[in-house]
Amino acid sequence: MLTTRVIPVLLLQDKGLVKTVKFDKPTYVGDPINAVKIFNDKEVDELIFLDIKASAHRRAPLMNVISSITNECFMPLCYGGGIENIDVMKRIYALGVEKIAINTSAQKNPGLIEEAARIFGSQSVVVSVDAKKNIFGKYEVFRCDGKNRTGINPIGFAKQMEERGAGEIMLNSVDRDGTMKGYDLKLINDVSAAVKIPLIACGGAGKFEDFRQAIAAGAAAVAAGSMFVFYGPNRAVLINYPKRNELAGVI
Amino acid sequence: MIAVINYKMGNLESVRNMLKRIGVAASITSDIAAIEAAEKLILPGVGAFDAGMDNLRYLGLLEVIRKKTMIEKTPILGICLGMQLLTKKSEEGTREGMGFLDAETKKFDFSGIKEDLKIPHMGWNTVAVKKNKLFKGLENDSRFYFVHSYHVVCKDREDVAAVTNYGYDFAASVGRENVLGVQFHPEKSHRFGMELLKNFVHNY
Repeated sequence: MLTTRVIPVLLLQDKGLVKTVKFDKPTYVGDPINAVKIFNDKEVDELIFLDIKASAHRRAPLMNVISSITNECFMPLCYGGGIENIDVMKRIYALGVEKIAINTSAQKNPGLIEEAARIFGSQSVVVSVDAKKNIFGKYEVFRCDGKNRTGINPIGFAKQMEERGAGEIMLNSVDRDGTMKGYDLKLINDVSAAVKIPLIACGGAGKFEDFRQAIAAGAAAVAAGSMFVFYGPNRAVLINYPKRNELAGVI
Repeated sequence: MIAVINYKMGNLESVRNMLKRIGVAASITSDIAAIEAAEKLILPGVGAFDAGMDNLRYLGLLEVIRKKTMIEKTPILGICLGMQLLTKKSEEGTREGMGFLDAETKKFDFSGIKEDLKIPHMGWNTVAVKKNKLFKGLENDSRFYFVHSYHVVCKDREDVAAVTNYGYDFAASVGRENVLGVQFHPEKSHRFGMELLKNFVHNY
């Protein structure tokens, strides 16, 4: 049976890993290569690695860091951050990365998604969407640190990205990020109902029950940050991942 | 030495990384002499069927692969697209496949199935092992990472080494003498993939 993927999301900032709350207040949680090694030992389903400052600083992806990660990564790996063109994508795939997540560039240059899907195949192209409710109570896509409004409706945008050839949508709730208070189920429901491609839900997971709820709301895969890098009520840094049998009852 | 055939179709580095991890010397190569000299061949691949065949032809590798496989009986492992290229043809394209297996590659067809299943079949799935030295130690509780929209259908059921269920049972692995294939990605399947590659290296 095909199992629902449970995916740790790691955030890279200045060569170290951080975890944010609502896309803000980064806490240092360790060395990226070391974290990948631990997740490797724990046999995670997949890993998503996002360079959260690349696009904001208009900096190219850190190829040497990505390369050290792929050397240690014996599971599917998705990289995101600072992707602006086909050439850089080609170089990243060549390092042994399966999927590339595109966020800012998908909004600014939707043609990139089309071209990437044609060249690399839809299964390798993930569009990442950061959404939250605006002051009018409507969901809106936000950019760079979740602070800049775009005026884009995430539902229509996800649909448009599917039409352009995206293979998956990674949907991040800015407001739930790092809170561990559960996913934004309405957001997941609204977006997943609009597209046929798999939706990876992200933002807010704090316990296994949250996974179950996100899946029931329409997520094809569940992703989490805090849950897999913090432990206990005091948020002590500890890389962790549930065993297969712990997840069996939930997904 | 194992030759990982480089025909410009995807994730060669991942295959190399895992072979390195299990301590197996391998060269990633498009060089005819290097392929000629290899003890075993791995044909990885991500991408479209016709592009794969075109690249093999363009690089002049079809003849040496055929000679190694069919005359010298050198063990060859096709991975994902690499496995599909070992068949006679594919619904994905119009080119003739290498045809080392009496099999065809077909698109997932869920017309008779109630469930709303997505294509590609993507993620971790289990396999039911039918036979073959490739799955030694992997008969129980193993899982592998799949990403594909097409799958191989063998004329002779005996050629199917393992099946996986997605809507229906399909060939997750094939094997006839020295010609082997896996639809999943062992290079991205943790220790299960490592065991499988070890079996390919040591049992053939």
